[in-house]
Parts: sequence; structure tokens; C-alpha cells
Amino acid sequence: MLLKTNSLRWAGLFAAALLLLVLMSFSIVYGYTDTTWKMAIDAFTNFNGTNEHIIIQSVRLPRALIAATVGASLAIAGVLLQSLTKNPLAAPEIFGINAGAGFAVVITVTLFSISNLQVFTWVSFLGAAVSFIFVYIIGSIGREGLTPMKLTLAGAAMSAMFASMTQGFLVINETALEQVLFWLAGSVSGRKLETLAAVFPYLLAGWIFSLIIAGKLNVLSMGEDVAKGLGLKTGLLKLGAGIVIVLLSGGAVAVAGPIGFLGIVIPHLTRAVVGIDHRWVIPYAGLFGGMLLLIADISSRYIIMPQEVPVGVMTAVIGTPFFVYIARRGFNK
Amino acid sequence: MTAGQAIATKDLTLSYGDTIIINELDLEIPKGEITVFIGGNGCGKSTLLRSIARLLKPKSGAVLLEGEAVAKLSTKDVARKMAILPQSPSAPEGLTVLQLVKQGRYPYQTWLKQWSTEDELKVRNALKATGMEELKDRTVDSLSGGQRQRAWIAMTLAQDTDTILLDEPTTYLDMTHQIEILDLLFELNEKEKRTIVMVLHDLNLACRYAHNIVAIKDQKVFAQGKPEHVINCGLVKNVFGMECEVTIDPLFGTPLCIPYGKGRCILKGQGL
Repeated sequence: MLLKTNSLRWAGLFAAALLLLVLMSFSIVYGYTDTTWKMAIDAFTNFNGTNEHIIIQSVRLPRALIAATVGASLAIAGVLLQSLTKNPLAAPEIFGINAGAGFAVVITVTLFSISNLQVFTWVSFLGAAVSFIFVYIIGSIGREGLTPMKLTLAGAAMSAMFASMTQGFLVINETALEQVLFWLAGSVSGRKLETLAAVFPYLLAGWIFSLIIAGKLNVLSMGEDVAKGLGLKTGLLKLGAGIVIVLLSGGAVAVAGPIGFLGIVIPHLTRAVVGIDHRWVIPYAGLFGGMLLLIADISSRYIIMPQEVPVGVMTAVIGTPFFVYIARRGFNK
Repeated sequence: MTAGQAIATKDLTLSYGDTIIINELDLEIPKGEITVFIGGNGCGKSTLLRSIARLLKPKSGAVLLEGEAVAKLSTKDVARKMAILPQSPSAPEGLTVLQLVKQGRYPYQTWLKQWSTEDELKVRNALKATGMEELKDRTVDSLSGGQRQRAWIAMTLAQDTDTILLDEPTTYLDMTHQIEILDLLFELNEKEKRTIVMVLHDLNLACRYAHNIVAIKDQKVFAQGKPEHVINCGLVKNVFGMECEVTIDPLFGTPLCIPYGKGRCILKGQGL
């Protein structure tokens, strides 16, 4: 680990928070429409209705805020999932959360012909929640209750089921394909601030609650039996962590669609920096997650200018080599 | 050292699904002594230990800790009275010995009181008692088997309980480290009068260290008492299904069990 003492960790946390703010400013200032730092400041202090000011206020600002909050939420959800399942490759997409959300959106488009992004928000939140609840219940059946292996298997199965049903619906209905394809790739652009505001309370609750249970997750990480022996109510903690995961990843997918790899990559990166204490890992992962999604989003604007690469593709491009690295390094090494 | 019982079971029945493991067991475990559960593989001795530690819910009956039903106490209250070291526990990668031992203070932490000087003191004492002070900043996964087990025992000591349960604490250790761990537990019992209850596979070491031996067979306690009173050929034959001679340990005078079987016999004219 990089930061060995608590004072270094506090300093690092402060630095990471600052860097996140800097990246958010970059996200507001740099893009296809030429804007300057002065314009950006004027847009908020001295709004004059020019195109640039409108873009900064109604396009760039929501985009920066969404990238930061969605990135943070996905990363924290990844931390919780990896610790709940003791599986280093665990992330929201592996537990059917993204697939469930995607399926719900596709159903809405094909069966009800609704293609409103606001509606997508709630529909996908619901899909994510329903899917994870299914996974959680299936993973809890049996004598030992919820075990990492059963949870992982149930997640993989649900994920496969929802993904194939989604594809089935899309093959039948081509117009739906066009409408949901961009959503399915994941993006933080073209969303209104209201979309974020609607989901933000859930994300905030998830952040706070994940910090509250951080110390208990440390105890659980020593194994179910040891944790119970120390007086931890493991069933209750796992249920609580499950709810937080639904709030965070459901909320994130509702705003930005399924964005992959962030939930896998960031927890590992964070542990390399601050070690394995969840009380540090969770806040750091939040900041790092926000930073990575901001970087991915900013770079997505410059690759095939004037067009944009969906940010979900960018995180995958950054994440895949890392994913392979972790898989090769082995499960418990 | 007859200060009453630390743990008792009343009509305790344990099962996995429909398979009964332990049937209507009444058992008393004396306070301040070392009690060792012995029995063949799959006889339910570990299951019994886990159930006493509330890791396994009984099908019926109760476990009493200092006279109170464990099921009725809050789990943190139990954790302040009784520690459990499960069989081959595994620490997450990167956890240091100090971090591990600190977790032993979890039952004492509340929202208002996160970490006190008393916690600090108990952790330091636990590291000292197990000789882990020098290694406290090493990660648990980098330690040898014996050191790792001492680190885990340090965690249960930090829990500061009168009773410590250990499920096969010497598994996977070589003979030197088996003795080292058992000596450590013996000293803890001698010096601090802690009640120690453990499952051991090595009958001879059980006889040497235990004040009280509990032999389990057919869902019941087959025999219980001082090793020198209960261990004999008949018991070993019954409990383990093994023919043996029981003689006296030349160093300690405790029972020593020598199994019959095949092997190279180099005694003249006495092939078995």
C-alpha cells in the first residue's frame, strides 16, 4: 500500500477531493464547444445568455456532477460487493444489476413504446433493484444462508438471463434497438440536472450508510465464523450492505445507464493506495471512482471529435487490461 | 479449581437438516480448566463446539454460559464472555497482525466509544502473551503457520473473555508448533485461570494438556473426566474403533496411547 500512516491518508483524502474538484472544472471548461475558464466563471456569476454560457450551465455542469456522483457510487458499490462476496472480480454488472436495469428499459421501450429518459431513470432503478433482490434471495437459499459462492453464481445466472432476454426483445424490435442502444452503452451526457437530483437522495443515503458499516465490514472480512464469534450480526450486516448496493448501483445505472469496469477497477486501485481498512477504502474509492469517470468522460470528447465515444466504452477500454491483470494475478493472492 | 461450571448444555440436540449430530446432550464444562473434546472424524465434536459458540443454532435444547442461556444474551454480550477461534481461519490479504488483534476489541466498541486506552492495553497484552510484539506490523499472510495461529490466538485474547473455544488449533502445524501453541494455551490457563475448551485430534497431547476430557460417540458423550481416569484401551476401541495399548507417558505420567497396526516391527520375535 502507498499511504501507510493515518496522517498520510488524511492528507491523501484531502488531495483526492481537491483533484476531483479540479477534474470537474476541466469537465466544465473543455469540450467540443470552445469555452474558456473565464466564460465558465462568468456563466455562473454573470450569466449573459450566450451559447457558451448556456452550454456550460445546462450541458457541462450536469455532466460533470453526474460523472462525479455516478463514478463515486459505482466504485463504492464495487467495494461492498467485493467484500460481501470475497470475490475480487465482483462488480454491479456481475450481479445482474446492470442487466436487470437494461432489461427493464428495453421492456419499457418495446412493450410500452416509451423512450423518455426521465422514465428510463425510474424504470432502470426498479429493474436493478428487482434483479439484485432476486440474486440476493437465490443466494440466501439453503442451510448456510448467504454465502459468497452462491451469491456469485446467482448473480451470474440472473445476469445471463436478463441479458439474453434483452437481446431477444431487441432482435424482434429494431426501433427499440436504436432508442436504447445509446442508453445501453452508458453515458453521462444529455442528462438533465433534475435526473440527478431525483436519484441523488438515494445515492447520498448509500454513501453515508456505507461509511457507517465500514468498520463492521472489516470484521466480516475475517470470515463469517470469526465475525459471529466477535458478536457481529452478520446476517443483518449483509442485508444492510445489500440495500446500500441497490441504492448506489441502482441509482447510478438509473442516471447514466450501465457503465462497466469502474466497480471492479477502483476498489483494487484503492486498496493498493490505502490498504484494506474499509473505513479508508470506501471514501477513497468514492473519490477515485468520481475521478476516473470524469477522466473517461473528458477523454471521450476528444477521441473521435466532433463525435463522442460513449463513456461506458471508455471505462471498458481503460478497465479491460486491468481486469485481465487481476484475473491472472489470481483470486486470493 | 472447582469454581463451578463455565458452560453447560441442556437437552442439546444439533442437526444438519434431518441428520441428528448430537442428541439431547447434557454436558457441564468446568470453569478455569482445560477441556478437550475428542472423538472420531464426523462424531460431532466440532459441531458441538460451534454450537456452544452460537455459530450453529441448536435444533432444540440450550447452551448455558455461566448459567444464562446463550440464545437469550445479546451476541456482543456473549462475545465479551466467550471467544471462539474457528478451524483454519483466514485473514484478508494484507491484514497486519496488529489490525487482526485489534478486531478482538470489536465487542467492546460502541458508537460513542470507538477506541479506548483499555482497548490499547488489552491489545498490547495479547501481543505480549503470544510473543507477537515483534511481528505486529507484518501481514498475517506472510507469517509461518505457527506464527499465524499465535496471531489468531492473540486476537481471541484481546477479546478478554473468561472462556476461549478453539476448534483444532494445531491443525496443519508441525510438532514443534503444536507444542508451542498448546504450551501457550496451558500457560494462559495456569496464569489467568481462563477456561479453555478445544477440539484436538492428537489423543496423547489431549491427555497431556487437558484437565478434563470429553469423548464423544454416537451423538452422546461416551465418557468425561480426567484423562488418567477415562482413557484406556476400551475407550479408544469404542470411541475411535482402534486397537491400542495405553501406557504411561514417560515424561508427564499422563496416559499414552500406542496403536496396533501394521508397520516395521524391529522387536525380536514380537511381530504383532
